[in-house]
Amino acid sequence: MSGLGRIVAATGLVTVTIALGGCELGPKQSQQTGFRGTGMAQIVDPDHVAKLGAIPPPPYALPDDSGPRAREAYQNVQVLGDVSAERFNHLMAAINQWVAPPEQGCNYCHNPNNMASDEKYTKVVARRMLQMTRTINGKWSSHVKGTGVTCYTCHRGNAVPTYKWAIAEGVADPDTIVRNKHGQNSPNVSVGYASLPYDPFQTYLAGKAQIRVAASSQYPSPNHVVSIKEAEKSYGLMMHMSTALGVNCTYCHNSQSFRSWSLSRPQRATAYYGIRMVRDANEGYISPLAAVFPAYRKGPHGDPYKVNCQTCHQGQSKPLGGYSMLKDNPTLKGPPVPTAAPEGGAAGAAVPAVLANPQAMTRRQ
Amino acid sequence: MARYQNIFTQVQLRGAPEMGPLLGPYDFPRLGKPGFSYWIGKIGNAQIGPIYLGGLGILSLFFGFLAFEVVGLNMWASVGWDPVQFARQLPWLALEPPGPEYGFQLFVPLAKGGWWQIAGFSMSASVLLWWLRTFRRAKALGMGTHVPWAFASAIWLMLVLGFIRPMLMGSWAEAVPFGIFPHLDWTAAFSIRYGNLFYNPFHCLSIVFLYGSTLLFAMHGATILAVGRYGGEREIEHITDRGTAAERAALFWRWTMGFNATYESIHRWAWWFAVLTTLTGGIGILLTGTVVDNWYLWAIQHGYAPAYPGPGVIDPATLPGASQ
Repeated sequence: MSGLGRIVAATGLVTVTIALGGCELGPKQSQQTGFRGTGMAQIVDPDHVAKLGAIPPPPYALPDDSGPRAREAYQNVQVLGDVSAERFNHLMAAINQWVAPPEQGCNYCHNPNNMASDEKYTKVVARRMLQMTRTINGKWSSHVKGTGVTCYTCHRGNAVPTYKWAIAEGVADPDTIVRNKHGQNSPNVSVGYASLPYDPFQTYLAGKAQIRVAASSQYPSPNHVVSIKEAEKSYGLMMHMSTALGVNCTYCHNSQSFRSWSLSRPQRATAYYGIRMVRDANEGYISPLAAVFPAYRKGPHGDPYKVNCQTCHQGQSKPLGGYSMLKDNPTLKGPPVPTAAPEGGAAGAAVPAVLANPQAMTRRQ
Repeated sequence: MARYQNIFTQVQLRGAPEMGPLLGPYDFPRLGKPGFSYWIGKIGNAQIGPIYLGGLGILSLFFGFLAFEVVGLNMWASVGWDPVQFARQLPWLALEPPGPEYGFQLFVPLAKGGWWQIAGFSMSASVLLWWLRTFRRAKALGMGTHVPWAFASAIWLMLVLGFIRPMLMGSWAEAVPFGIFPHLDWTAAFSIRYGNLFYNPFHCLSIVFLYGSTLLFAMHGATILAVGRYGGEREIEHITDRGTAAERAALFWRWTMGFNATYESIHRWAWWFAVLTTLTGGIGILLTGTVVDNWYLWAIQHGYAPAYPGPGVIDPATLPGASQ
């Protein structure tokens, strides 16, 4: 082979290697999830499916809910007072297993000399998290269904859940172009390594910005002025959801019209409530703890670490593969509460019948 | 007879360099002493030079260089002037247009999109000056102006995307960012925002002409090479004086698809397909957001989006209890 030939061959080999470097080799599994011809399918690479770790068994068999109440047996029991002391202890043992670092155990939250004391910030946080868990299992059963969540769904044995977010670090001086990416154009895992805006969380999961960007009417209207930049941000959130659940867009949407509900799968409605559940958890339970958390438990802007879809899902469409730990911990379900009403807002008012049933337009009169 | 059954060009002419016809009194001179390159001759004319740059060419290269530098330096600045990160993150880096808060304001602060305006202006100036150069050079050679007008069709699409449509929408934020992944993500976001661009009939037309162009190019190139052994590359003579190459090529297509273009008309086919790709594409972009806000609903209304049985999911925001 001539010298030039070698150079050409080497260059070609390097080019092919780089070009294919991002590919996931090996056979894929494809499952049809909708009407034929619509491209509704889930494509899974078995080598890259999120691995499910061992789910810890209950510390011991769940005791009866009889005997003295927790508030009678202990002091300063604000949330779980109506539970039997036996069950209260059972839950404390479980939380020890789910959340507390092993070397600290009960002392991670409690003062061993005065278990009732609120002197450790972790105990105050834990109390609020118990209230949050009960709210999620009751008010947000539209999202968590009967499976429910426990502390373990997020914590997985860690004092601080692995997947969390805080307001992304900004630029020192937004009036300069140096180190200023305008919150996008970085290889960032939170948006699936796209160049999309990488902090959709503050906008959509703490704030209540409108996620729906496509118009409800075929013609432009002064009531629907949405910039492409807003569409990119919404798209970034969708990339996060796709990554967090380990699914394609078509797990919820029909790409014929991402906006149309009647073409979507029921999973989209579950996700709708999930988004609102996360907002409730962040705004109602975690953000108010800003004064309680020490600085090292907060993000660069001083806001506490909050939850997004990944916090529970961790790459699975159903957290923990759909295993319900709630049945061994009924205390976390709490007393029955009404489920949350869906939110309408601007989009709710503007949705015309056509997007609920687009086919009706083609029916000849 | 030339050996045409090969990947690379087989014939290279060597002799006194072709210097071109005499230039007019107001033209710059052609520069440089022409030479020959064996390797360039494998893919094109082996003669390199003399070069004609002219006033328009120099201005165009200046603005093109300016646009390239403004985009590149903005990207480099965005990683804090780190050369390693610049190389690693290059596909992600961008120069973004101004945000919607600036509307279609003429002068936006540099860090907020002003640099994008400068880069966009420089790129447009460069391309338009180069267009004028192709027009002027075609005239200088006594040629038709087919090449400039085809080029103008591509410039039309570029200007619609970056200037005309943002102007009509009253917002620079509608324009495309400079950047490799960013402009692709912009394209996807554009389609999502406007209800699926695949239902835009002009987008459909543009795709037809784009794919049709590649098909025609392949058919024509293959046909001429295949009849090269009969002198088929002498296309212009064969328009009026059909030799056996033209007869065989024509008969081949009549046999295989029942119809054949002529040595003249195939070039008109190719020209129109290429020109219509960006012409219809530009119309489709121009109508998006200005005339039609959701192409899927528009296509449903006009009865050409297919209706599939859906699961019949109901929008939770329309359920009882949702705040209206």
